Amino acid sequence: MYKYVVNRVLLMIPTLLGAAVLVFLVLRLAPGDVCEMRMAGTGLFADPEAIAICQDNLGLNDPKIVQFGRFIGGYFTADLGISMWTAQPISHEIEVRFKLSLQLALMATFLSVLIAIPLGTISAVKQNTWMDYAVRTFSIAGIAMPSFWLGILIILGLLISTQAWFGTPWMPPIYYVPLFEDPMGNLSQLIWPALATGYRYAAVSTRMTRSALLEVLREDYIRTAHAKGLLEKLIIRRHALKNAMLPVVTVIGIEFAFLMGGLVVTEQVFNLNGLGKLFVEAVLNHDYNMTQQLVMLVALIFIITNFLVDLLYAWLDPRIRYA
Amino acid sequence: MTALLQIQDLKTQFSTSSGTVKAVDGVTYDVEEGETVAVVGESGCGKSVTALSIMRLVAEPAGKIVGGKILFQDINLLDLDIEEMRNIRGKDIAMVFQEPMTSLNPVLTIGMQLMETLQQHLDVDETAAQARAVELLGLVGISDAERRLAQYPHNLSGGMRQRVMIAMALSCEPKLIIADEPTTALDVTIQAQILELMKDLTRRLGVALIIITHNLGVVARYANRVNVMYAGKIIERGNAREIYHNPKHPYTLGLLRSVPRLDQPRGERLVPIVGHPPDLTRLDGGCAFRPRCTFAVDRCAREIPPLVDVDGGHLSACWEHENVGLNVRKAS
Repeated sequence: MYKYVVNRVLLMIPTLLGAAVLVFLVLRLAPGDVCEMRMAGTGLFADPEAIAICQDNLGLNDPKIVQFGRFIGGYFTADLGISMWTAQPISHEIEVRFKLSLQLALMATFLSVLIAIPLGTISAVKQNTWMDYAVRTFSIAGIAMPSFWLGILIILGLLISTQAWFGTPWMPPIYYVPLFEDPMGNLSQLIWPALATGYRYAAVSTRMTRSALLEVLREDYIRTAHAKGLLEKLIIRRHALKNAMLPVVTVIGIEFAFLMGGLVVTEQVFNLNGLGKLFVEAVLNHDYNMTQQLVMLVALIFIITNFLVDLLYAWLDPRIRYA
Repeated sequence: MTALLQIQDLKTQFSTSSGTVKAVDGVTYDVEEGETVAVVGESGCGKSVTALSIMRLVAEPAGKIVGGKILFQDINLLDLDIEEMRNIRGKDIAMVFQEPMTSLNPVLTIGMQLMETLQQHLDVDETAAQARAVELLGLVGISDAERRLAQYPHNLSGGMRQRVMIAMALSCEPKLIIADEPTTALDVTIQAQILELMKDLTRRLGVALIIITHNLGVVARYANRVNVMYAGKIIERGNAREIYHNPKHPYTLGLLRSVPRLDQPRGERLVPIVGHPPDLTRLDGGCAFRPRCTFAVDRCAREIPPLVDVDGGHLSACWEHENVGLNVRKAS
């Protein structure tokens, strides 16, 4: 086991290096750069000399290999570099957003697991009854509705209902406060986007739980459990769910990693300053440094999530042992 | 004294897209206390469905017990509610399934799977259950039982797993064990061991055993009485010796001829039963074995032969039973 963990950690290095090379090259294939964006982004005339000076300052005229060396070398000195657009340290820029995105992703994951596993179980156990149909409708709706649209509905709903009940409309706060400074303020802001994204997430996981469980319930060992006269509840909980969790855990892992970097529009709707927004801005501004670091961050999150999912597999299914 | 288990005119059907399958069609047999009864027949003849019907484990909603009675200690199991039935399963009637590879839960330890039955049916705490589990594993010949409790099914061989299944079946000291093809999935050498074990344990503990098999060798050696099934019906019944040496139904005769025997002259060919089992959705008003039968007469197409006593406790459902037998076998 120990050896396996070490191996997996070592394997991260070539994977990340591959991601680094790819993002470095792909970014530079696109025409234009941050200096043109900065000076001529609004369509005005820009002095080519000024652009050249800007490029020199940012090191964009250095040979590609030197630029790549700077990018990779930064990791050895724990220096992620400076944003080409804001001139702020990237570590600082990311840190602020990372906390918010991580909290949001964790809350959405928590919510969706809380919803998906019971609902998926009910749906499978009561297959083809009204309960199953209700759950399936609920989850199809969740998959069909984009989170940002659901977000808009939530905000509208909050405004209208608070207006109707309390006389004054209330909207979630639009400035981020850290969880440990003001838990109530923090949660009252983030619970809504967590719900909006968690619903879709829950819908996917519910469907996965249902189909995995339906398959497991047909297995011979479930028949054995019935033949032993065990309580139905125990059969579902102990014998069926543990076997059905493997695909569900996979889905949860992928969705979690996606939430960390992919919530672009939902962040806009709730006016959240998260990684998704930063990502889009960095790409639009041709902010090479920032984009590179963000891609590397998301890659790292995916790798770590996959790793955790693999460890969870081994815990769920003793037949899976890593050597 | 009435028998431990009496199955009376049991009918179990499955609705499929191509029609209703009469998997079990009027099966009647009984099992005395401590007795070993065999149910023999080829795949799809309804022998497993009969067993699952006794446990009321026929997969619903497709499968349904539509008629008959299953009296266990004079209580009709078909009248019990789910809760009452659950208290009988695993406690009074236990089952050993065909596939030891898939019948044990791969993600739970052997100990957990053994102990949960005990904790479900008997008022025992963890320690007592564990002690009993160790005792049971010892009983079925698994050495180093305490270490095995923490192991998972994939750590054990097929034979070992079937021993665990047997230990599980024995755990609450049931009156009856139903073994559905308990050795089919095992190596031949292991098969004999498992059967010996089951015979020995059921005899010692006074447990009745229904052994479902397609292997006539198993029947001859381990069963007191034999029921031969074909197309959802019992077509011959008698004690094992009678069935083996003096079959009174062409199907049984065919089965016997299609397996090699040591008392057969050398060089004699095996005679297979030609054709295939009938489609259970479209049985007509005649004997179901008729199309494959070398003894068939006109009457077989018109009337289904009833199961009648042909020789003091030896029953056969064949119009021509008088012409079926060893002498014919020699003549052919």
